[in-house]
Amino acid sequence: MADIRSHFVGIRSPNPFWLASAPPTDKEYNVVRAFQAGWGGVVWKTLGLDPHIVNVSGPRYGAVWGADRRLLGLNNIELITDRPLQVNLDEIKRVKRDWPDRAVVVSLMVPCEQSCWTDIMAKVEDTGADGVELNFGCPHGMSERGMGSAVGQVPEYIEMVTRWVKAASRMPVIVKLTPNITDIRHPARAARKGGADAVSLINTVSSITAVDLDSFSPEPSIDGKGSHGGYCGPAVKPIALNMVAEIARDAETRGLPISGIGGITTWRDAAEFMALGAGNVQVCTAAMTYGFKIVQEMIEGLTAWMDQGGHADLDAFVGRAVPNVTDWQYLNLNYVAKARIDQDACIKCGRCHIACEDTSHQAITSTVDGKRHFEVIEAECVGCNLCVNVCPVENCITMEPLAPGSLDRRTGRVVSPDYANWTMHPNNPSSVAAE
Amino acid sequence: MTEARLETGVAAGRLAPEEYERGFGDLHPPLDRHEALVAADRCYFCYDAPCVTACPTGIDIPMFIRQIATGNTLGAAKTIFDQNILGGMCARVCPTETLCEQACVREAAEGRPVEIGRLQRVATDAAMAAGRQFYRRAEPTGRRIAVVGAGPAGLACAHRLAVHGHEVTVLDARPKAGGLNEYGIAAYKTVDGFAQAEVEYVTAIGGITVEPGRALGRDVTLAGLCAGYDAVFLGLGLAGVNALGTPGDDADGVADAVDWIAELRQASDLATLPVGRRVVVIGGGMTAIDAAVQAKLLGAEEVTICYRRGREHMNASAWEQDLAASKGVAIRHWLRPRRVLAERGRVTGIELEYTRLADGRLDGTGETLTLAADQVFRAIGQSFVAAPLDGAIALEGGRIRVDAEGRTSMAKVWAGGDCVAGGDDLTVSAVAMGRDAAESIHRSLS
Ligand SMILES: Cc1cc2nc3c(=O)[nH]c(=O)nc-3n(C[C@H](O)[C@H](O)[C@H](O)COP(=O)(O)OP(=O)(O)OC[C@H]3O[C@@H](n4cnc5c(N)ncnc54)[C@H](O)[C@@H]3O)c2cc1C
Ligand SMILES: Cc1cc2nc3c(=O)[nH]c(=O)nc-3n(C[C@H](O)[C@H](O)[C@H](O)COP(=O)(O)O)c2cc1C
Ligand code: SF4
Ligand code: SF4
Ligand code: SF4
Repeated sequence: MADIRSHFVGIRSPNPFWLASAPPTDKEYNVVRAFQAGWGGVVWKTLGLDPHIVNVSGPRYGAVWGADRRLLGLNNIELITDRPLQVNLDEIKRVKRDWPDRAVVVSLMVPCEQSCWTDIMAKVEDTGADGVELNFGCPHGMSERGMGSAVGQVPEYIEMVTRWVKAASRMPVIVKLTPNITDIRHPARAARKGGADAVSLINTVSSITAVDLDSFSPEPSIDGKGSHGGYCGPAVKPIALNMVAEIARDAETRGLPISGIGGITTWRDAAEFMALGAGNVQVCTAAMTYGFKIVQEMIEGLTAWMDQGGHADLDAFVGRAVPNVTDWQYLNLNYVAKARIDQDACIKCGRCHIACEDTSHQAITSTVDGKRHFEVIEAECVGCNLCVNVCPVENCITMEPLAPGSLDRRTGRVVSPDYANWTMHPNNPSSVAAE
Repeated sequence: MTEARLETGVAAGRLAPEEYERGFGDLHPPLDRHEALVAADRCYFCYDAPCVTACPTGIDIPMFIRQIATGNTLGAAKTIFDQNILGGMCARVCPTETLCEQACVREAAEGRPVEIGRLQRVATDAAMAAGRQFYRRAEPTGRRIAVVGAGPAGLACAHRLAVHGHEVTVLDARPKAGGLNEYGIAAYKTVDGFAQAEVEYVTAIGGITVEPGRALGRDVTLAGLCAGYDAVFLGLGLAGVNALGTPGDDADGVADAVDWIAELRQASDLATLPVGRRVVVIGGGMTAIDAAVQAKLLGAEEVTICYRRGREHMNASAWEQDLAASKGVAIRHWLRPRRVLAERGRVTGIELEYTRLADGRLDGTGETLTLAADQVFRAIGQSFVAAPLDGAIALEGGRIRVDAEGRTSMAKVWAGGDCVAGGDDLTVSAVAMGRDAAESIHRSLS
């Protein structure tokens, strides 16, 4: 059976599934339940200086739902821990003592002064925790006070604080990045320069989930007013995957360990993050939606997939997808694919037709010989994949590559076996012709 | 178990009051808000949706379901009423399993269609509960139209004519409007006086005068109507009932299922309605099922439907047959009545002959079966009674011949619903025909 033990920046855990710093890791009670359920590690809910912060006493969350009210995106305006520092430190110490095989990492957010960071590092070290995570990501509330994403949005601050922390302790330091920035590579590079052992990402995306159309207050509404929150859950996974990949393939940050976070809900999501270069993963919303038990599905699903694919351990597949992430300009323009509808699977809902007809390339029939029939017109299909995405039946429509040498009936050209990208294309003014 | 339950012969009050209540309560209780949202979420918003094609009134189903899903329930009701002003009744009585829901792509996908009928009820109930009228009458046209028959066809026609600003008089032979909605549909499909509530909702638009107790052929003539009105719509339904044509058919205890159901629908207290201990229903359609199920619900100990062909030939849908079976009705196939057995003029049983199909023809095998019965219902089909037309209108197969717009052979006279040839004898089809005839009348008058 595949070995899913994880060894991330010197921190060992029985599996790569950690709970992200958030309500699930807020206190001993939750963390013990998480460990009982099988989670490999936790990043403790972010600690700050006393006097501890306060949270709103009204709603903290807003949400976006899919069909059947499935939670797709969660938004929160919760701040860091609202408990005294010493209470948290005592609990962390106890938990680590009772659960020595699990990873216990402590998330931190204190003002941008070296003494604050040096002081708190000493206290954390005393708990016996495995490492720290610097919360430079929280986009609401704390950022107004010059912390969280206010730091994460300025690479120079990231580098500076990371350096302070590294100087204050021998513990592994993970820098948690905010996605609320134009190019994620800059903060990642800064973290590396500051000596970070790893980066973790993403923290939440600044968001307003809804507006109450009676009161005209944004949601969640606190006494008629709202404030932007941080968005997470399945909806942010694509954003997070891209940012992880960007860091994994950047020349300056390549090789920097990454803890992948953002919308991870199943073992599959986790494996995807890891294939894109994450050494382990952290989960928040999925646990907050379904409870801690989901980790069992993650552990078993990942193990089964690794067994099936012959991946003996995590290292066998971590980063395997990174070389396949490239720039648009290097995509093979000679590759031609056409949609094909499996008529036995088709339930004739017509969504592919209307999507293509109204908004794309008029390449799917609705009637053939007077009968309701949906079929791809190869001479019109540009292979865009929209029909695949709107079809309610999985694998009913597939994208079939045309074999080299066959005729693309849309362009009238024979499919070339050669690789040719935009840099070589005649329409590109700065083309460097292939021949 | 009370003794009354087992009383032989035809007797009233076989059950305890709460048993009547349970049996005749809403067959499909309304969906609550959560159930409605879950059901609505399943709709794929199909293009050129097959469910719409399958709905005889062509309701824009994906649109109204989307409106429910987005919290616009009254908008959903309007979408429904735009096509089918009796959408409330249709939501209750349509055999959706052979109409919209059979065509639903999720029936093809996973054998479980979107619950279109029940969602339709959510929307129409909400609008009716809110007393929301969506249509205002056009400027009065000064045109007067007589509608004969206040069933679904007549009501739908009258409403659409009123929308266009015409003045409508609806005559009906019966004391109450509604047609079979009021007198025929199984009680558990339309509880709490829904048929009358709907008549009120439909006529509330104004410009519609309902005159119950006025029969064509008795109180008025077709010629008289044609002289007094700009147009006439006939929505007469099927007033006649097919006879068994077997000896003993006239014995006491043998009755037409539709008459007995009408009596049941009008009974103010079901406990006063007599029903046999052993009941045999002859027929294979919706009426046979309804009579049998309601007899069972009234406390009959044994109810048997006897049909002369196989299960697959029955007009009642598989779903209706299952419903009957679930209520404890036995359905026997390949049996036709030969003789009603009676003692002192009262039915005691029925002798049936086994049948088979030979070269596509139905044949008796000669072998017989006798079932004891103290009540026998004829449910072998209704027929159109043409007498009130005074021979002035061409028929086809015993019903009124109409063209695609509902025009009869006689100038100024339209017809629709069960009384016309080529229909499928459903409430929803009657509504479609009444509506379309109204549009045709309107075009001819403007
Ligand atoms: C027992 C039974 C159960 C049924 N169940 C269902 C069901 O579950 N679902 C479904 O879709 N369909 C069902 N049907 C069929 C459905 O009821 C009819 O198709 C529908 O009512 C036809 O509407 P209509 O307006 O054409 O006729 P009707 O509803 O029959 O209305 C005709 C009206 O005309 C009046 N009338 C007749 N002659 C005259 C006259 N000479 N002068 C004045 N008025 C006259 C009658 O009094 C009546 O009110 C059922 C039918 C029966 C008999
Ligand atoms: C209610 C809530 C509170 C959070 N608090 C913190 C926090 O204190 N520190 C932190 O680093 N991240 C915090 N996060 C961010 C999560 O750790 C995580 O980065 C984010 O939710 C994305 O992961 P997910 O999609 O699995 O939820 C919080 C998230 C939520 C939903
Ligand atoms: S989740 Fe718990 S704490 Fe939060 S509002 Fe509901 S009951 Fe209250
Ligand atoms: S979207 Fe899929 S199921 Fe629907 S018609 Fe197209 S191919 Fe068939
Ligand atoms: S066929 Fe079914 S899924 Fe499609 S629009 Fe109609 S109800 Fe919705």
